[in-house]
Amino acid sequence: MEELFEKKYQYGFTSDIESDSFLPGLNEDVIRAISARKNEPKFLLEWRLKAYRHWLTMKEPNWGKLNISPIDYNAISYYSAPKSQKDRPKSLDEVDPELLKTYERLGIPLHEQKMLAGVAMDAVFDSVSVATTFKEKLMDAGVIFLPFSEAVEKYPELVEQYLGTVIPYKDNFFAALNSAVFSDGSFVYVPKGVRCPMELSTYFRINALNTGQFERTLIIADEGSHVSYLEGCSAPMRDENQLHAAVVELVAHKDSEIKYSTVQNWYPGDENGVGGIYNFVTKRGICKGDRAKISWTQVETGSAITWKYPSVILKGDDSVGEFYSVAVVNNRQQADTGTKMIHLGKRTSSTIVSKGISTGHGQNTYRGLVRVSPLAEDARNHTECDSLLLTPHCGAHTFPYIESKHPTAQIEHEATTSNISEEELFYCRQRGLTEEQAINLIVNGFCKTVFKELPMEFAVEAQKLMEISLEGSVG
Amino acid sequence: MFSVSNLHASVDDKKILKGIEIDVKPGEVHAIMGPNGSGKSTLANLVAGKDGYTLDEGSIIFNGQDISGLEPEERACLGIFLAFQYPVAISGVNNMVFLQAALNSVRQARGELPLDAMDAIAFIKDRMKLVEMKSDLLQRSLNAGFSGGEKKRNEILQMLVLEPKLAILDETDSGLDIDALKTVSDGVNHMRSPDRSFIIVTHYQRLLDHIKPDFVHVLKDGKIIKSGNYELALKLEKEGYGWLDQ
Ligand SMILES: Nc1ncnc2c1ncn2[C@@H]1O[C@H](COP(=O)(O)OP(=O)(O)OP(=O)(O)O)[C@@H](O)[C@H]1O
Ligand SMILES: [Mg+2]
Repeated sequence: MEELFEKKYQYGFTSDIESDSFLPGLNEDVIRAISARKNEPKFLLEWRLKAYRHWLTMKEPNWGKLNISPIDYNAISYYSAPKSQKDRPKSLDEVDPELLKTYERLGIPLHEQKMLAGVAMDAVFDSVSVATTFKEKLMDAGVIFLPFSEAVEKYPELVEQYLGTVIPYKDNFFAALNSAVFSDGSFVYVPKGVRCPMELSTYFRINALNTGQFERTLIIADEGSHVSYLEGCSAPMRDENQLHAAVVELVAHKDSEIKYSTVQNWYPGDENGVGGIYNFVTKRGICKGDRAKISWTQVETGSAITWKYPSVILKGDDSVGEFYSVAVVNNRQQADTGTKMIHLGKRTSSTIVSKGISTGHGQNTYRGLVRVSPLAEDARNHTECDSLLLTPHCGAHTFPYIESKHPTAQIEHEATTSNISEEELFYCRQRGLTEEQAINLIVNGFCKTVFKELPMEFAVEAQKLMEISLEGSVG
Repeated sequence: MFSVSNLHASVDDKKILKGIEIDVKPGEVHAIMGPNGSGKSTLANLVAGKDGYTLDEGSIIFNGQDISGLEPEERACLGIFLAFQYPVAISGVNNMVFLQAALNSVRQARGELPLDAMDAIAFIKDRMKLVEMKSDLLQRSLNAGFSGGEKKRNEILQMLVLEPKLAILDETDSGLDIDALKTVSDGVNHMRSPDRSFIIVTHYQRLLDHIKPDFVHVLKDGKIIKSGNYELALKLEKEGYGWLDQ
């Protein structure tokens, strides 16, 4: 480790000792160093190393519909502590005014704007007290909600028991990479019979920023418990790291319910597709016990490339899986997203609603798998997959895969592709709406069934976010 | 308040309107009749500013202003309303949400404050009574799955809510049952006022029994070949358009 830091000086990468970043490059020493920095127990280091060794044997996935320039994994720095106060903007006056305009339109409160824009803040600022009250409320209910690294320190046995049980490190190339080098993320445990007293959203937004490009989240709902978790934030987030490879694992025990909502708005790159985040995420939940329920809702508007398939393994009898998705691509954005519903238990049911909106030169792909195993008697799935095309140069593609190994399975699939016709636009404009207002109304109508799955306050933000994402896309 | 003179227009390079003169004064109701394909809807769309409709000659004057260069929404905000012959359905867009958005757009243009959801609903429900529309239609997608008559009533509801200065009704009576015809006419009559004008396109004198027009024009092959009063509509109903060619 010493050596690593020395090299950094030698090459003059940074003059700031406190900034505490590793040199670009990946090898076992780097992984040992990450683990040491975080004071991790031995099992975790071993697990990271196994993941790394396995990753070395793997190849990047075949991109299918994605058009991607190669990633140099040795050009990435795998550990960097949060930016020091010194390097940050001193006040909002130093922040890109475009960004501030967007925050304002989304109605984000001032102290959160500062957080999001990375403004240096005093030790005491108003949201800290908010966070503390949240913390107390959660503690009273017995809910554990911590940054992942803190959970590793405080509850190593819980982490060891569940980590990698839903997404083994061998699962795929990016899951393996994440397992080897993950930075931080969130850990949630809801004890038996507890209904989490609040949406884990506001709190999250204030506290869990800057988790880095290899985020790792683990949520466990014990028997009969209930939790709703919201990841991300509708404000546009900029990040110098091009590659984001997060892993999210959900475990739902008997009679429990996990609702996981995402609003993803990473930097999408400019109109020519320069810059922008590659967002390669592995998300999977398991309904371990009978009557468990996992519901994924996502609104994906950001990133140059999105590649994610939040999935549910329906193991318990009568368990339920849901996937509600809105994905928007503009300019040169590419999204390849969908879900896998793996029916193992009896009378398991799943619902998939995917709404893809393409504009500019954007390419939107739905890729989904519904698998019914030989033991999954009376399994049911309903899939609805709609695409809306706003310009002549964009594209929508649908790949629904169905593997049914049980004769009683009922699987329904509906798909539509539409655009906004001249007649529709003229009708709206004749009633006094501008073209942009008309498009927003129609797009919002198109997304309604998904938006209504979001927690209230975020449904409103998501709607505004759509308007901003589609701005100038037609006309 | 509204006039077109020597109006020539084409659609997709096809000449359709060939020198039309109409002068509508405040408070007047003008009926336009004429055979299928004569250009009635073309005139309506042109006035509303639909893309693809080109004005080759002449002008469209509304309240002293030439509006032929304005966008459709600008014309709408000035107070021009077109009840469509074939209203489009827009699935997913809630009828109520749509009406409220349109109302607030137009109010803003008139220099009025927008209505919040509660006030807008109250106002719209009040107007609905005039057209005896089933209130569940408000919660459905705009015109999606509406019956022909329901669509036409919805057009009239929009007119009642937006309170235009000039309303052009393109065959709003077609497809209405006898009672609906009466309610729709009542809606129009309710709106009649000294500062509001109507252009009513219809094939049937029946509607004009309910809404007495001040003038009746016959449009044929892109020209107004005859103008008169209500008596002209009666004669057309009896004798058709043939006698006009002689
Ligand atoms: N896009 C178009 N391209 C070519 N011709 C068109 C186009 N739109 C309209 N027309 C023609 O213009 C003529 C006038 O049509 P318009 O719809 O104005 O008739 P109308 O008087 O409203 O008839 P109706 O009583 O049947 O509603 C018709 O011959 C029609 O076919
Ligand atoms: Mg017509």
